[in-house]
Amino acid sequence: MSTEQSNPDSLIGASVRRVEDPPLLTGQGCYVDDVKLPGILHVAIHRSTHPHARIVSIDTAEAAAMPGVECVLTGDDIGNLVLRAPMVAPGMNMPDHPILARGAVHAVGAPITAVVAESAAAAQDAAASIQVTYDPLPVVTDAEAALEDGSPLAHEELDTNFCYSMKREGGDVDKAFAEADHICRLHMKSPRVVAMSMEARGVLAQPDPARNELTVWLSTQGPHRARADLANSLGFPENRIRVIAPDVGGGFGSKGCVYREDVLVCHLAQKLGRPVKWMATRSEDFLTTCQGRDQAMTSELALSKDGKMLGLKVRVVANLGAYLHSATAGPPQRMLVMAPGCYQLQDVRVEIVGAFTNTVPTGPYRGAGRPESVLNIERLADKAARDLGMDPLELRRKNYIQPDQFPYRTGVGVEYDSGDYEKSLSEALRLSDYDQLIRHRDEARARGELVGVGISTFTEPSGGAGFESGAVRVERTGQITVLTGSSSHGQGHETVWAQVAADKLQVPMENVVVRHGDTTAIQQGTGTFGSRSAVMGGGALATAADRVIAKAKAIAGNLMEASPDDVVQVEGGFAVAGVPERNVNWRQVAGAAYAKGTPAGMDPGLNETAFFDPNREAWGFGAHVALVRIDSDTGELTIEKLVLVDDIGVVLNPMIVEAQVHGGLAQGLGEALCEHMVFDENGQPRTGTLMDYAVPRASTMPPVVVGETETPNPFNPLGVKGVGEAGTNGAPPAVANAVMDALSPLGIDHVDMPYTAPKLWRAIREARTAKG
Amino acid sequence: MHPASFGYHAPRSLEEAFGLLREHGEDAKVLAGGHSLLPAMKLRLTQPEVLVDLRHVPGLSGIRVDGDTLVIGALTTHTEVSTAEAVRRSLPGLADTASVIGDLQVRNRGTMGGSVAHADPAADLPVTLTALDASFVLASSEGERTVAADEFFVDFFTTALEPHEILTAIRIPLPPSPARTSYAKLPHPASGYVVVSAAAALSVDHAGACAGARVVLGGVAGTPHRAAATEAALTGRTLTPEVVAAAAAQAADGIDPHADSYADEDYKRHMAVVYARRAIETAAARA
Amino acid sequence: MEHPAIPINVTVNGKARAAEVEPRLLLVHFLRENLGLTGTHVGCDTSQCGACTVHVDGLAVKSCTMLAVQADSAAITTIEGMAEGTALHPVQEAFQEQHGLQCGYCTPGMVMTAAHLLETNPEPDDDAIKHALEGNLCRCTGYINIVKAIRWAAEQMRGQHASS
Repeated sequence: MSTEQSNPDSLIGASVRRVEDPPLLTGQGCYVDDVKLPGILHVAIHRSTHPHARIVSIDTAEAAAMPGVECVLTGDDIGNLVLRAPMVAPGMNMPDHPILARGAVHAVGAPITAVVAESAAAAQDAAASIQVTYDPLPVVTDAEAALEDGSPLAHEELDTNFCYSMKREGGDVDKAFAEADHICRLHMKSPRVVAMSMEARGVLAQPDPARNELTVWLSTQGPHRARADLANSLGFPENRIRVIAPDVGGGFGSKGCVYREDVLVCHLAQKLGRPVKWMATRSEDFLTTCQGRDQAMTSELALSKDGKMLGLKVRVVANLGAYLHSATAGPPQRMLVMAPGCYQLQDVRVEIVGAFTNTVPTGPYRGAGRPESVLNIERLADKAARDLGMDPLELRRKNYIQPDQFPYRTGVGVEYDSGDYEKSLSEALRLSDYDQLIRHRDEARARGELVGVGISTFTEPSGGAGFESGAVRVERTGQITVLTGSSSHGQGHETVWAQVAADKLQVPMENVVVRHGDTTAIQQGTGTFGSRSAVMGGGALATAADRVIAKAKAIAGNLMEASPDDVVQVEGGFAVAGVPERNVNWRQVAGAAYAKGTPAGMDPGLNETAFFDPNREAWGFGAHVALVRIDSDTGELTIEKLVLVDDIGVVLNPMIVEAQVHGGLAQGLGEALCEHMVFDENGQPRTGTLMDYAVPRASTMPPVVVGETETPNPFNPLGVKGVGEAGTNGAPPAVANAVMDALSPLGIDHVDMPYTAPKLWRAIREARTAKG
Repeated sequence: MHPASFGYHAPRSLEEAFGLLREHGEDAKVLAGGHSLLPAMKLRLTQPEVLVDLRHVPGLSGIRVDGDTLVIGALTTHTEVSTAEAVRRSLPGLADTASVIGDLQVRNRGTMGGSVAHADPAADLPVTLTALDASFVLASSEGERTVAADEFFVDFFTTALEPHEILTAIRIPLPPSPARTSYAKLPHPASGYVVVSAAAALSVDHAGACAGARVVLGGVAGTPHRAAATEAALTGRTLTPEVVAAAAAQAADGIDPHADSYADEDYKRHMAVVYARRAIETAAARA
Repeated sequence: MEHPAIPINVTVNGKARAAEVEPRLLLVHFLRENLGLTGTHVGCDTSQCGACTVHVDGLAVKSCTMLAVQADSAAITTIEGMAEGTALHPVQEAFQEQHGLQCGYCTPGMVMTAAHLLETNPEPDDDAIKHALEGNLCRCTGYINIVKAIRWAAEQMRGQHASS
């Protein structure tokens, strides 16, 4: 990808270095744990060691008597505090989600008792001394098993592990399958993975009893939504809560919702009248922060013998874990809209079912249902090609939605805005030197080596989930303040939004300051997740900027005694069209705007806010190619080449976009190669620390080539689509297809990710044994 | 996480340290670099009442040659071991081992004495030190005794070290040149600890035959495991690829490794063969 | 059980500091809580992530795996001590120039490890850089730009050295 500016006059498309960096590079960042307040109290939580049990007794006497301990609270002490999740389908089962356990626990790590003390160490000492007696109950950890008759129940009070189901159907699926020459079937599971933001979750609440207000510093991806959720759980007015998202050390979807500890800390601060803080340890983060994936997918693809896709049936069983967070039921729903991928499939039936188990709750994690959906259709496409003896490229090309078909309504009733799948595929083939890869593979295979090539071509929605807000305020001196409802936590909005505003207003970037992450400073907002910020936050900002410019033109016309229609934007301000010497700068326009200089009938001020919702998602797409080698003696997988071509419409800052692809890729490779959150049959986490759970390291990363094509989004003011999840969505299926290609000489059909060396070694050994 | 509270002493001499160990008995733990002990204390897997920090005790750090023996002070860090010219030249297998322990920061603080006294079955150094026929100098107020590696590592996290004793040095016989020692490790993808590893120390006579072999496996038992059948199959033979492969193929004989969340028993048994072969090949190729 | 506090004297970013600390106080908490140097971060509880990396007597170490009392009489450099006034250390500059950070949480540890690496190996190849970063986790960047930044910093530092 070029990091050069495409249009030297435009800030849009320029690889501007980040304005966020200097404080973060010099230790001057301010994350939740860095906020210092006088009189602060610390919380430690005694958590369940059982995955499912009735609580017989809790002995807190020793803890309460320990030095520095302010108070010790159990579920009975804090009243009816619960977390609530939205009902997404009729008949949805919603188990109790108390802030501290009441009578029973349903997952290891469920909070039972909170200790508040003068220091974190004292709180941890006291929490460790608490004795809980349990009456263990039967346990279920696998979602498909949980839905079988006679399964142990994850919640005694429900008579089922079923949570909800949803269905979507288009065309005539039964007819399509009846007419098919071949039906390709596949059952697979996406591994449960952990978001593992480098900053674990944390919350600090400061009460102001005299004013009846509460300030909350929260490591969150969306302070406004968090504020509403806190208000609802606490029964405290939303407009008396101020939520500040300070520097946030990564989220990847997992910090999009409010957690029990967040409500607890607010409650304790109000109860004790002092600031209260809780910072998750890494171990607590593993046990309590929503995890990703863990979906079982059973699919059938109906095909004609020449490789035309005729119909698709998908059934998803999603492991929701033990409790419902606000977005736990969200990721599985992605399959409802994404199942057909980039293929012309009109006869489609998708059913999703969510099941409770005695495990950590799941929820959105980078991709949030997209990776599962892409994996499903792209593995199916490859297997179908293999079943039919076709080239996987040919099969894909035969079924692509064509550029002239956009906007294209799919069989599940979604309209894709734009696309040119052949274009990104061709670019990926070119960058990977695909024909040479195939030759290399064939030669290696002839020598008995396990080498494979895999592709994944995909489309991914971004920018949904309601509105986003943006405001552009021209201050009295002509400086520009941007207020955004997006909540940057590493994505670089302070830089990119300044680029957009400066480009729109034709002012130097240094004149623009971007504010975010504070419910008092910012109008309203939704937040940053689901690759939505460029599309939604950018769209809102562009709209607000256009409104400011329109008003400024009117004021400028007034100042220059010209019709607003004759006013044009020039560098730094406005001029009369064709008369460049008749001009005013932003300082003059702003001065007038705030000092009776607006045209008659126009309100004073130069401050416009936009709430943006295009009521449709933006469908980016891409093509990823992987070349892999497997050491048959050790099972060790090496990715020898990886080419990622993504089309996200107009690129605002190529440097940042490429880095988003890198980051998404690393998390995708984590899922493909090494990450797997495992619970044993007794419900105990086996990979609950960084000693057991393997995230990618620098040495994990293979050689990567990142390319791009650019198909502007016709429904967005900036022409953009989201990029944050591209690497996570597209790359793992390419690796999976390459691994299956490498293993194909052994007759191996499918292996689920992650492709750890022991797992591949066993698959190879079993295949060889079976072959005799 | 904060460790549970404890008392701290930093004695200025071994005698003072012995006195503290006598006074506190099993409530006390000796602190060297702390890179085995402190992580366990932070997770409150261990909660000693008293730490006796050896940092001010003179003479416990550094590497010196004593005749035909290399003596490494117990407080010598992994970085110092892996970069010391004497080690790189004479015991390349040990330098290789020290350079793949943990990570750069861990190697800068972690010490050889602390690591071997902890006797983690997934640690690197016990494997190599057993292959190198090292011995361990254990000091107490009653004097010193020296214990060979084969007797020092007793079981999971258990050594011959008594609670009143302090490991002061590791003594390694210097092999004749060229030093055919090596270490091959399959690290756990998360922790970096050993899944399976192998260390080899070979001697080759003037006719090119293997005059002696010690091949030791890590990660397959509670203590470093001597691959006796492999050693026997190498001894007296010229180290051709076929001889090495055939000898390594016997490396898993008699081992009974434990499965963990990453690797099952079969995989570990097979990796014992693979890594034994790699270690022997590397050692044999040293010149 | 209460244990007596231990007096320590350390030099942090060139400034002498004296304190009485609980024996169990970790160096990272001493820096963050006692001295207010919050640039050093805690990212895990098993000595894996490296976000807490500082220099102790010139060596990169994980300050979460060291007691403050063990640092007695040591010279410590934290991320706050890397820049000279407003002039960033070449590694800091490199991270901005090559976009080697996103959320910034791992960054101080990355910078400290990288700076230590370049002091001991001024011309590391990519494998040497990756090996040096085994003890530093990043979840945002995919490491690609971090490796690039360290290579870039090495070039800058060699250039500076050659011209001085």
